[in-house]
Amino acid sequence: MKFQLPSWMRGGGLTTYAVLYMVFLYVPVLFLPLFSFNDGIYIAFPLKGFTVKWYEAMIETESLQAALFNSIRVAASVSIISTILGVLAARAFTRYRFVGRKPTLGLLALPLVVPGIILGIALLIMANRLGIPLSLFTIGAAHVLIATPFATFVMISRLEGFDSNLEEASRDLGETGWTTFWRVTFPLALPGIVASLLLTFIESFDEFILAFFLSGTDATLPIYIWSQLRFPKRLPVVLALGACILLFTVITVAFAEWVRRKGVKLTPKSED
Amino acid sequence: MEKRSDFVSLRDVSKHFGTVRAVDGVSLDIAQGEFFALLGPSGCGKTTLLRILGGFEASNSGSVHIDGADLTIEPANQRPVNMVFQNYAIFPHMNVRQNIAYGLRKDGLSKAEISQRVDEAVATVKLEGLGDRGSHEISGGQRQRVALARALIKHPKVLLLDEPLSALDKNLREQMRVELRALQQKVGITFIFVTHDQEEALSMADRIAVMFEGEVRQVDTPARLYEAPASREVAAFIGSMNFFDASVVGAEGGKIIVDAGPLGKMSMAPPEEGAPVKGEAVTVGIRPEKLTLGEAPPSAGANAIKGKLTAASYLGERNHFFVTVDGMDEPISVASQNSSPMDHKGWSEGGEVWLTWEPAGARLLRA
Repeated sequence: MKFQLPSWMRGGGLTTYAVLYMVFLYVPVLFLPLFSFNDGIYIAFPLKGFTVKWYEAMIETESLQAALFNSIRVAASVSIISTILGVLAARAFTRYRFVGRKPTLGLLALPLVVPGIILGIALLIMANRLGIPLSLFTIGAAHVLIATPFATFVMISRLEGFDSNLEEASRDLGETGWTTFWRVTFPLALPGIVASLLLTFIESFDEFILAFFLSGTDATLPIYIWSQLRFPKRLPVVLALGACILLFTVITVAFAEWVRRKGVKLTPKSED
Repeated sequence: MEKRSDFVSLRDVSKHFGTVRAVDGVSLDIAQGEFFALLGPSGCGKTTLLRILGGFEASNSGSVHIDGADLTIEPANQRPVNMVFQNYAIFPHMNVRQNIAYGLRKDGLSKAEISQRVDEAVATVKLEGLGDRGSHEISGGQRQRVALARALIKHPKVLLLDEPLSALDKNLREQMRVELRALQQKVGITFIFVTHDQEEALSMADRIAVMFEGEVRQVDTPARLYEAPASREVAAFIGSMNFFDASVVGAEGGKIIVDAGPLGKMSMAPPEEGAPVKGEAVTVGIRPEKLTLGEAPPSAGANAIKGKLTAASYLGERNHFFVTVDGMDEPISVASQNSSPMDHKGWSEGGEVWLTWEPAGARLLRA
């Protein structure tokens, strides 16, 4: 008798693998919003009924609001500072050929791969040695450190292929360096700048490890969530908060990517 | 009003990039209203020279005057000079009209005046009806017109064009040669353009400066450049030419007698830069179309040489032949126009042929 694979394993089973992969990737995440609407404090099936009371409780929690406000303040500052630094760095990398350009680019990318916990410990030790009190400022400074390479790479991808003749043409037509920046460079870089602002905002807003090491008495939202996990009764509120953050993050990142891609193409289509 | 012959005046302009002498002691005078070409192979410094005129590169030494004003250190945005870039540099975030109006912002014009000037410029370059198109919704030829209009609307004293036709396909390029020339005649502005394409330079320019290795080697009208090249390298770059090593054996009645080996002894007009002395090594150059191919020996006294036909190609409007001559390494290149259908007869390769030429068709070159 001939042995035959069941149909779901044929074709190398790659389809099955892909489906399972997606399930493991997204189902746990989707449990968050699902149970945030469940009328019960335990995460278990069967569901007990639909409610929005956890969301109401979330809105009424003052410590949560304070943490949210802290996170927004830090993330907004981080996104502006790191995007400015990113724009400047990306301009240097895309516009000029200088000695050490490639090594610098590599070193710049390094914070993206250094484990957060290592960076957190290192920064904590440094803050202690320098006598800098832990606060939202130290969190923000650490976030600028990891968000700047991010912003730089977003801006490099936007400014690559930026024709320097455009700026020369502007000067040729009577504009100074400064007015050329505002009439040509900035509008063309704008989609990248918007994308960078949004992405670095999210980067800071969601970041936990560095914030955990470097926070003083003021908590950011991820730290607040972590602190609430000790109270089982508060878990549904955390789920509701998690669902909100998830939605906000996905929308922001998708919008940032849309802006980044939608922007005017910098190079004309090749000859007709 | 008398037109200045030194409207654009370069004196000993040099530009180095590290140890590379991109432009090396160039002096040039370009007349008002002239259509002037800087022609040379890539890397000869012609684009650098154009960028020095535009104010995008600072020369290391020398001076640049336009209409009597010293512009040597004037920044690009202060010069009465505009540029059409090789890739046209159309602002991608602006439509056609916005691109064309770009340079008018600082001139203190009212909206109505700007609109009128843009309409004029649009009409000058024949872009009517395309004003509201986005920069990505126009063809390559139209992009060039936008770049021209955007520069001309500033009424520059000099318009610089960097390889203006190289981004276009072949048919459009030939059409635009005629149009650019007509446009220049119409607006009367001095045009200086850079090209590596000799046909482009010959067909459009009033005068051409041929550049090699950062230096201007010859400045002349297209016809003079072709018929009376100053040197072997210029002759070889503009069209093609057969070169024969020769030596001066004497002089007679203002003419130079040279011995050109297989070509025999010839009496030739001396080059303008001065007559070579007896014994000096010179070159005799004859363009392929100045040679006539025949099967019968010519009458006595004509300039002629016997050879063997080694290759014949039919190229439609002309025939091209290669003839080898005893005592010469390289075959001689001969071109003949197919002026009647009978001209294309079956030349038998390997057959014995005679080449003849008018004395004026041969050119004496130094070295």
